[in-house]
Amino acid sequence: MKFNILRYDPDQDQKPYFKEYDIALEPSDRMLLDALIRIKSVDDTLALRRSCREGVCGSDAMNINGKNGLACVTKISDLKEPVVLKPLPGLPIIRDLIVDMTQFFKQYHSIKPFVINHDTPPETERLQSPTDRLELDGLYECILCACCSTACPSFWWNPDKFVGPAGLLAAYRFIADTRDQATNERLDNLEDPYRLFRCHTIMNCVDVCPKGLNPSLAIGKIKEMMVKRGV
Amino acid sequence: MANPASIPVRKYDAIVVGAGGSGLRAALQLSTAGLKVAVLSKVFPTRSHTVAAQGGVGASLGNMGEDNWHWHMYDTIKGSDWLGDQDAIEFMCKKAPEAVRELEHFGMPFDRNENGTIYQRPFGGHSQNFGEKPVQRSCCAADRTGHAMLHTLYQRNVFANTQFFVEWMALDLIRDAHGDVLGVTAMEMETGETMIFQAKATVFATGGAGRIYASSTNAFINTGDGLGMAARAGIPLEDMEFWQFHPTGVAGAGVLITEGVRGEGGILLNGNGERFMERYAPTMKDLASRDVVSRAMATEIKEGRGAGPNKDYILLKLDHLGPEVINKRLPGIREIAMKFANVDPIKEPIPVVPTCHYQMGGIPTNYRGEVVIPKDGNPNSVVPGFYAAGEVGCASIHGANRLGTNSLTDLLVMGKSAGDSVIEFIKQNPEYKDLPADAGQASLARLAKLENQQNGENVHAVGDAMRQTMQAHCGVFRFPDMLTEGVTKIKEVAARAERLEIKDKSKVFNTARIEALELQNLIEVAVSTMVSAENRKETRGAHDRADFHDRPGFVNGRDDENWLKHSLWYKGTDKIEYKPVNLNPLTVESFAPKARTY
Ligand SMILES: Cc1cc2nc3c(=O)[nH]c(=O)nc-3n(C[C@H](O)[C@H](O)[C@H](O)COP(=O)(O)OP(=O)(O)OC[C@H]3O[C@@H](n4cnc5c(N)ncnc54)[C@H](O)[C@@H]3O)c2cc1C
Ligand code: SF4
Ligand code: SF4
Ligand code: FES
Repeated sequence: MKFNILRYDPDQDQKPYFKEYDIALEPSDRMLLDALIRIKSVDDTLALRRSCREGVCGSDAMNINGKNGLACVTKISDLKEPVVLKPLPGLPIIRDLIVDMTQFFKQYHSIKPFVINHDTPPETERLQSPTDRLELDGLYECILCACCSTACPSFWWNPDKFVGPAGLLAAYRFIADTRDQATNERLDNLEDPYRLFRCHTIMNCVDVCPKGLNPSLAIGKIKEMMVKRGV
Repeated sequence: MANPASIPVRKYDAIVVGAGGSGLRAALQLSTAGLKVAVLSKVFPTRSHTVAAQGGVGASLGNMGEDNWHWHMYDTIKGSDWLGDQDAIEFMCKKAPEAVRELEHFGMPFDRNENGTIYQRPFGGHSQNFGEKPVQRSCCAADRTGHAMLHTLYQRNVFANTQFFVEWMALDLIRDAHGDVLGVTAMEMETGETMIFQAKATVFATGGAGRIYASSTNAFINTGDGLGMAARAGIPLEDMEFWQFHPTGVAGAGVLITEGVRGEGGILLNGNGERFMERYAPTMKDLASRDVVSRAMATEIKEGRGAGPNKDYILLKLDHLGPEVINKRLPGIREIAMKFANVDPIKEPIPVVPTCHYQMGGIPTNYRGEVVIPKDGNPNSVVPGFYAAGEVGCASIHGANRLGTNSLTDLLVMGKSAGDSVIEFIKQNPEYKDLPADAGQASLARLAKLENQQNGENVHAVGDAMRQTMQAHCGVFRFPDMLTEGVTKIKEVAARAERLEIKDKSKVFNTARIEALELQNLIEVAVSTMVSAENRKETRGAHDRADFHDRPGFVNGRDDENWLKHSLWYKGTDKIEYKPVNLNPLTVESFAPKARTY
């Protein structure tokens, strides 16, 4: 099977270049990650992140034939040849398929990703009805893979100012939690021409999320709350 | 103080190596106490393997019906086939409810009951009233409990301002002439630079090493680094012969299907469509403990009753639960089955086989998370400054077989306990000890050797040889001749691992180098496992020896007279020593060993 992989090692390369691989796969190689490991067994210089190999850790996000996704849950049989692989767009390349995620995590941290509750915790659990808990579905499952934010044009242009779809999804995850008492603070934190309002509902984020989440919907809900709060 | 090769030194009150559930829980305790703490992790914290845990965390909240920690304790001891230390088990089961509630207060998105309490599902080996009938004890967030827990703990650490060193790989433990632990050497993966992290206390929370087997539910990063580092530094490894084979790994792929599927009502069928567990475990059936279910499955396959064209797997049927339950309680499982087994469990059963899952053994500790080794006649002498928690540690709570949900409980309780012990230790030992003159030299030598090796061995080839050897010689069923041969073979592989060669010489994110270093750790784990398994002449829990089966006078092949003891393997001598199992709980009466039926 043929692959075209963007390679870059700042230790020796002036700039990134594409390297072609033609590799014989085994029947047990089902996912793109299996193929990459096969390639790595003959060329150990290819650098990528990976861990869980089942789509839950968020390590191996990359740009696969033009679309962001996780190598470990992308079936080889679904891919057109040559398979073109690039690091996630819009973030600095550290090496080969490995990007510097600092900016991405900075935005995640900027939304205060933890439940804020000033009351003394009870002896038992804080109660939450199944209906209230349901509000968190589609939000808490995010694996911070950055497929979405690095597919978002607004994030490309303003990675330092626009929180991006992943961070905003997380922001809404805490707003939606009945145990959290900081909704107003959280909205204040996002009331800014860039942090939230750079989202122009282009929907790339929804299209690429490997967990089937919908950051755009969450962003819409935050915007709605802002408007309601305004009147 | 000066160190000759001038590796830069950073000083912290405490360092935690590992940012999975146990490391994050320990770190939280330390940060909250105001200590200067550094947490090192090979991966961004939320990518740690705890993220993959599915089924739940065990605690006797009693939200679904009567339950108490004493029953949980009994189940854990019975599950451990009496090899677990009863003081540690009592400690964990007693603390579990508080640990889970605390996690809820941190924001964990647990599933809920109508009355707003945490939803709990049944799980293998967990029972009411000392084995009478199954109980609902597993607190869960759908089938993504580990994900929810790891993210919550990370979030709480962000709140507590914990300092992380992300993508830093610890290489070796630093001990002084007294054997006290003074920190680690570590390498920044992005730059290849090495550094000494000096600390008053060092906590290992590096997780498991399931990658020693060819077929494993474990992530690639589960390479037993903590065990390798400890073994190289002269710390023995405890009970390494005990590896849990989870009954339901996806056939061919190894990816896990949680026991929660059976907890929610899923059942196992052989090739004839028979619910065979009724024969092996009349009371608990498909929810018997894991060693029992895995053994039954392997027996069905061995005796020609497997399913599929080659009769080499078992079917996990859950379509009768209906789409609603599957989509609500087991959405991740459906996703995995469709992706890795090409079946939609709403309609068809999932092909599964027993798959390596969890290491019961590890670095010997007490229930305070302090590392303990035999010294001057005391089998449990504390190593000053050294702590371990989570899968890398062996307290021993899980003995010869861990119950499902008890690992996540262990992470919370032991992580916190280790943290508390560190706080106390630092109060009494506020000064840094002097680094030995040769601190860091072993790591530098290892790195240099790897860098300069020519005509050496390929990392992938040696890794494959190790995984195949372990799989073939030390699996669910163990045979005496295969084990003896296995010891010879794995030592040959270990010799090859001394001569690893990498082509990648870059300083920047050199994954070839990282994989070679990881393999050097894995190989220590593999050797200790094979040697310990060959040595233990009985069947107990997950260690099933064909030559010690159903002997008259021995319950389940277990030999309490000679083998009710922990193994301690030493790398230096390759010898095994023993220490007694602690049958004395902290406050309640001892549970005396008896036959194990489910
Ligand atoms: C698929 C699957 C499902 C499971 N489901 C359940 C379940 O439902 N319930 C349950 O109780 N248990 C379950 N388990 C078991 C449980 O998840 C693990 O035992 C547990 O998560 C291990 O946590 P830990 O904190 O010990 O280590 P991990 O979460 O594995 O974390 C290890 C950490 O150490 C770091 N590290 C390792 N080596 C180094 C090094 N050299 N330098 C720096 N950092 C290092 C890693 O980066 C990582 O941060 C499951 C296991 C698997 C594989
Ligand atoms: S919908 Fe908003 S966040 Fe999503 S890709 Fe478009 S601009 Fe970015
Ligand atoms: S929202 Fe989806 S794509 Fe974005 S980081 Fe989370 S899991 Fe990845
Ligand atoms: S390797 Fe974990 S998401 Fe792909």
